[in-house]
Amino acid sequence: MAETITLEVTRYDPERDARPALQNYDVPFRKDWVVLDALNYVKDRLDGSLSYRWSCRMGICGSCGMMVNGEPKLTCATFLSVYAPGPIRVEPLQYFPLIRDLVIDMTDFLAKLRKVVPWIVREDGREPEGEYLQTPEQLDLYKQFSMCINCMLCYAACPVYGLDPLFTGPAAIALAQRYNLDNRDQGASERMDILAQHDGIWGCTFVGECTKVCPKHVDPAGAIQQYKVNTAVQAFKNLLLPWGAK
Amino acid sequence: MSGRYHPRVSTWWWLHRWGHLRFILRELTSVAVAAWVVITLWQLCALDSGPAAYAEFQARLRTPWLLALNLVSFVFVLFHAVTWFNLAPAAMVVRVGGKRVPAALIAASNYAAWAAASAFVAWFLLRG
Repeated sequence: MAETITLEVTRYDPERDARPALQNYDVPFRKDWVVLDALNYVKDRLDGSLSYRWSCRMGICGSCGMMVNGEPKLTCATFLSVYAPGPIRVEPLQYFPLIRDLVIDMTDFLAKLRKVVPWIVREDGREPEGEYLQTPEQLDLYKQFSMCINCMLCYAACPVYGLDPLFTGPAAIALAQRYNLDNRDQGASERMDILAQHDGIWGCTFVGECTKVCPKHVDPAGAIQQYKVNTAVQAFKNLLLPWGAK
Repeated sequence: MSGRYHPRVSTWWWLHRWGHLRFILRELTSVAVAAWVVITLWQLCALDSGPAAYAEFQARLRTPWLLALNLVSFVFVLFHAVTWFNLAPAAMVVRVGGKRVPAALIAASNYAAWAAASAFVAWFLLRG
């Protein structure tokens, strides 16, 4: 008889349930299976009504983020064997409104991403005639922050976001810093006006869990602290040299 | 938005993960730092008021409850310093020859500066 492991999966039907509840499923335990494989088994063989997001299965698309035993994880990169003999609790990413089962509402996150102007801004506003050339050293300055896949695990690890949903949050600020450090960009002062607000970088209390859960080693906590340092230096410059600090 | 379940954050959210509990403890250490500052201000006032007042201050410091408070404050300040130095590399980006200095080296330089400052203070206080 094949060995099995129990998944405790959040179920929520907005038309029927007042609040989410856990439902158990016994799935085959295979050493090469990740949690997403087990969810797909449930969907294909046990309960076709289970809803969850996934796409690439290789840690690129960032859509299969869930809470696994209370930790934000990409389910495509989280092996069942780590949690053997189980049970394994699979819940939606915390702090986000829940649409159905394991599907969270990411509208707020997408709005925050747009807010930080995450694209190259040029002061003259003109299209370049050719490519903007960049050296490997210039690329190295921001490359780490450009690896974000928008999986939102950092938001699910951030108690500041949980307690104050107005907080811009780790991934969006890291992305802003990614463009600030890009030598082709000229939009840093525009972003600073947005992120120097209370719900921007100063909302962060440096819990640091966002960096620990990031599957791409982006270090959002570092990006936010570096942004704070830059903003403080700029403020002092403006105070001491009001006629031409910029 | 209708049809969405909005989860509430528990008052005890900081007990669920060691990282969160460590963060709360680090924030709490500020109370110990404040207590230390109050005692130092008290010490300065006593020093300013003359030898008798300073002798009384020193006698008060030897009372069990102040010794206990200082011991707890010392442990908390130590915890604050260690957690802060461990976090410092995230905020300090130092580049040498175009390469970022490794985090361990940044933290080590902070610890070295701390040790040097402590050694100087110890020498200053304990010299014959």
